[in-house]
Amino acid sequence: MWEQIRVNKRNSVILLGLMGAVLCGLGFLLGFAFGGGPEAGWVGIFVAACIWVVMMMVSLFSGDQILLASSRAKPVTEEVHPQLFNVVEEMTIAANLPKMPAVYIINDPAPNAFATGRNPQHASVAVTAGLLARLNRDELQGVIAHEISHILHRDILYVTVAGVMLGAVVLLSQVFFRGMFYSAWGGRRYSSRSRENGGGAQVLIMILAIFAAILAPLFAQILYFSLSRKREYLADAGAVRLTRYPEGLAGALEKIAGTELSMESANKVTAPMYIANPFRGRKAVNLFSTHPPIEERIRILRAMSHGAGFKDYNQAFEQVTHRVGVIPPSAVGSEDSIGIRQGALPTAEEAAVKHPQHQIGDIIRKVNGFRFISCSCGLRLKLPPDYNGKTIRCPRCKRTLNI
Amino acid sequence: MVPLIIAVVVVVLLVVMFVGIYNSLVRLRNQVDNAWSQIDVQLKRRHDLIPNLVETAKAYMTHERETFEKITEARSKALGAKSIAEASKAEGELTEALSKFMMVVENYPELKANQNFLALQEALTSTENKIAFARQSYNDQVLFYNNQLQMFPSNIIAGMFNFTKRDYFEIENEAERSVPQVKF
Repeated sequence: MWEQIRVNKRNSVILLGLMGAVLCGLGFLLGFAFGGGPEAGWVGIFVAACIWVVMMMVSLFSGDQILLASSRAKPVTEEVHPQLFNVVEEMTIAANLPKMPAVYIINDPAPNAFATGRNPQHASVAVTAGLLARLNRDELQGVIAHEISHILHRDILYVTVAGVMLGAVVLLSQVFFRGMFYSAWGGRRYSSRSRENGGGAQVLIMILAIFAAILAPLFAQILYFSLSRKREYLADAGAVRLTRYPEGLAGALEKIAGTELSMESANKVTAPMYIANPFRGRKAVNLFSTHPPIEERIRILRAMSHGAGFKDYNQAFEQVTHRVGVIPPSAVGSEDSIGIRQGALPTAEEAAVKHPQHQIGDIIRKVNGFRFISCSCGLRLKLPPDYNGKTIRCPRCKRTLNI
Repeated sequence: MVPLIIAVVVVVLLVVMFVGIYNSLVRLRNQVDNAWSQIDVQLKRRHDLIPNLVETAKAYMTHERETFEKITEARSKALGAKSIAEASKAEGELTEALSKFMMVVENYPELKANQNFLALQEALTSTENKIAFARQSYNDQVLFYNNQLQMFPSNIIAGMFNFTKRDYFEIENEAERSVPQVKF
């Protein structure tokens, strides 16, 4: 996958440059339109360039923190969900990453997950409480393997930088619209004769500026989304290669597709980071769609009957979609056949219907620092983090319990 | 003058290429070594886990003395192994004994209701998986490294500095090969 890693690094640089150009262009037009002259345009470029440099620094060094915070992800310790930590560690070993990524849980009942960070040394994985409650061990492993593949392929750098940059462009164009609104409003009240006689050139620039302010975020978004789709296929292929078990990820995607919940903590900028589109109830496939159709991804995974390598994924991809394979040729050519691991049969426990709502509640409470105490009458008490007492009385059997 | 400049440029480029290839070979070799040590780390973790697991399960599983004996015996054999061949044989036996234990556990519903045991069970499942993934990762790294050794021009530099091919990890024990990953 070296090719893909190189491409991702290069794309990150190109994207940074392109976003810089867009920002500078926008700055020039804004300066020109409001300042009334090329000199102000240069000031606009200078301001935009400053914003760009700051944004670049921010996105490189704390972009992951921004994205995690805006998704309301909370860092958790191993006690909160030992299985999640174990699965992340397993996949870290399988991928031979230098360091285990930081683990976050998002208190959201919709099942989803994403990875972010700068490089494998500084990476984070976030999953929702809804995901943890619904998936079995193999499926969770598939999802985590998908996220670890994003880290391994350096998709995280690109997506993080792109996310922060896109956020900046959107923010700037919003500032522009506010500014235009106020200046138009102010202009009406204190209309000066000299401005009205300013001539057609300024009006033209003004129209161009509006045009640019509308188009820039749109353009940035198309760029952002169009690139993230191929990555999802590649991460799926990487996940199967790590777990040697396509059914795990397929089952997980099926469960994710089967829930009708939209994520409350996701937004337009963070949407492409997630393993599956966090929004529901919209047209699934269009130009702006951030993810390949989930049913197609499941069909590809289920079509992998011969092996778990990149070659096998490529074959399954071509067979299902009738398009040219997505895997770079260097990855397809350089490996021997890789066998699929035998899956375990689901135990009686797993086959039984789980209660995701209860589990989601428990996970969210644990993330928020609640403690759990089991009473001998069978009742499970949930203590809020600010409860300081040393003992508590069981509300059902009235026994006094030590904490 | 011009031929001299060209010669200098070519020499500099060659040196840069040489250094780059040498470094990438060293990096790949280190990754192979790192993956190998990871297997040992996980095997050791399994050894540390077993006494606790046996202690917790013994109270419930009164009819499975034979299973526990096998596990304990395989563990002490693995700990006392002198050679790699001996160790891998003992580890194979241990894997087998543990997977048998996992199957037997299904017959003890009280045990499966014990929070303590469930935590240990998850730890054991994960350790078994980690051992399997560490071996898989080692083989992946060996594949990258060996491929690089065979390819031109890195094969020349590999020959000069004595980079040798590494062997894949192969499970000798037929029984272990057929056992699926431990899963509850």
